Amino acid sequence: MDRLVFLLATGLARGLVVALFALSLVIVWRAARLVNFAQAATATAAVFAAFAVTGATGSFWAGLAAALLAGAALSAAVERGLMRRVPQATPLPGMIVAIGLVMVLQSALGIAFGPRHRPMVAPFDERPLVVGGVPLLSPYDLFVLVVALAVVGLLAWLFNGTSLGLQLRASAAAPEVSRLLGVRVPRMVTLGWALSGAVAALAALLLVPTELGLNAHSADLLFVHAFTVAVLGGLDSPTGALVGGVAVGVLVSLVTGYLGAGVAPLAVLALLTLVLLVRPGGIFATTEVRTA
Amino acid sequence: MSSPAPTLPPRLEVSGLTVTFGGLTALDGVDLTVGAAAEAETVALIGPNGAGKTTVFNAVCGLVRPSTGSVLLDGLAAPTSPTRLLDRGLARTLQGLGLFTGLTVLENVLVPVAGAAGAAETAAAALARLDLQGDAATPVDALPYPVRKRVALARALVARPRLLLLDEPAGGLGSEDIAALAGVVRDVVADGCAVLLVEHHVDFVMDVADRVVVLDFGRVVASGTPDEVRADPAVEAAYLGLVAA
Ligand SMILES: Nc1ncnc2c1ncn2[C@@H]1O[C@H](COP(=O)(O)OP(=O)(O)OP(=O)(O)O)[C@@H](O)[C@H]1O
Ligand SMILES: [Mg+2]
Repeated sequence: MDRLVFLLATGLARGLVVALFALSLVIVWRAARLVNFAQAATATAAVFAAFAVTGATGSFWAGLAAALLAGAALSAAVERGLMRRVPQATPLPGMIVAIGLVMVLQSALGIAFGPRHRPMVAPFDERPLVVGGVPLLSPYDLFVLVVALAVVGLLAWLFNGTSLGLQLRASAAAPEVSRLLGVRVPRMVTLGWALSGAVAALAALLLVPTELGLNAHSADLLFVHAFTVAVLGGLDSPTGALVGGVAVGVLVSLVTGYLGAGVAPLAVLALLTLVLLVRPGGIFATTEVRTA
Repeated sequence: MSSPAPTLPPRLEVSGLTVTFGGLTALDGVDLTVGAAAEAETVALIGPNGAGKTTVFNAVCGLVRPSTGSVLLDGLAAPTSPTRLLDRGLARTLQGLGLFTGLTVLENVLVPVAGAAGAAETAAAALARLDLQGDAATPVDALPYPVRKRVALARALVARPRLLLLDEPAGGLGSEDIAALAGVVRDVVADGCAVLLVEHHVDFVMDVADRVVVLDFGRVVASGTPDEVRADPAVEAAYLGLVAA
């Protein structure tokens, strides 16, 4: 019973990180109708920037700021320099370019930094707090939880409570009509990419200290989980990303805890297959059309 | 002797407009003036299906590039980017609805004024003008078609345009809704906004239009007051398609 509570609690923290990364995929999808397969590679590059800044300044927080900035700048550059020039009549060319970008970025990172995992020190203790004899979250997990929830809240406010968010949603829903109504659609697309890049970099950064450490492939598994979540929840649905992220996080935590770490990826793939068979559009896809 | 007062340029002046799509000549030397001397008026652009009416709107809005001809707004070249139309006082509705599905009525109407000072009050006024206050928080997809048509109109009016392009505003509406629409159009013109109207509904056109321009196969075949146009035999020929539609 204690173990279950512990696994559920850590699953929740981990799941929120997956949810953040899935949200970043949803943001790009809504802005550009494209699954950004390069999200993990750009996020990892941003975390390398964070690693360098933390190394130079000794401050985790300076590194965190660097990750956000680098993630946003890199994604905006990818959109302006690359994606804008790709034919957009169908989503396929953009996705292929994104996959190509993964290879270029990961090779470049591999050449520059080698295959070794660089340990990254968490800013808080990673040993679980014991509450009433039951081991629960570590202070670092708690930090992750608070940051993730804050970012989710911030994004919800940005998209639903500000005029910028309204323009982001309008240009995502109908770019041609938006242009006629004075919305600067190309700017909104770039902004969407930048926002998505920052959120993905943050998610990757939060996860690195509790995983093996940092190398060119640090965020790959995070991407696979987040992609599963995005498909699970419906690529158009922020609510779906959130709920799906937590579900996958808890699933991975439980399977890892009871069956071993090797089984977890299989469980995620099984879940993905199941959802694709039952609801190819995602679980939240239809309801979200009305509520988004 | 004092010199005569300088006349203001028309709100919209289309001259020699020719638009081709591949081998198809959709518009062939169209001349059209709305709001001469910057006065508000209602001009109807009618003609059978495929005559080129929507293409006139698209060329004015910079959505299609004319091969020859010019479009002037208030005497100056129309912007090449549709994004800057609202700044020049031009708003339009789309054939069909063109609403943002997934957004509420209020959100739809807020988009053109997003970020502007007093956007909330402006949007509330636009909703009130079309009797939509009660539906502000409803997603547009959940509303019946005639109400959605009103949302499209409110969204076009919210930025207080000086030239309004309406593409088939009466399409799909019943007689009561059309009568209300005619009232709104008259109010808009009384407020100083010139209106260019594309419409198949003949009674509505004859009711609200000050002038009617008839387009057939991309050419202006007749123009004048509703009565003049009604009596024109050239219109009769083009009209056969209209009456059937
Ligand atoms: N983007 C386009 N590409 C190719 N052909 C087009 C395009 N837009 C319009 N056309 C063609 O140009 C002609 C005029 O079309 P337009 O939509 O302007 O007609 P309309 O008068 O608005 O007709 P309706 O009453 O049916 O709305 C038609 O033959 C149409 O098929
Ligand atoms: Mg048309």
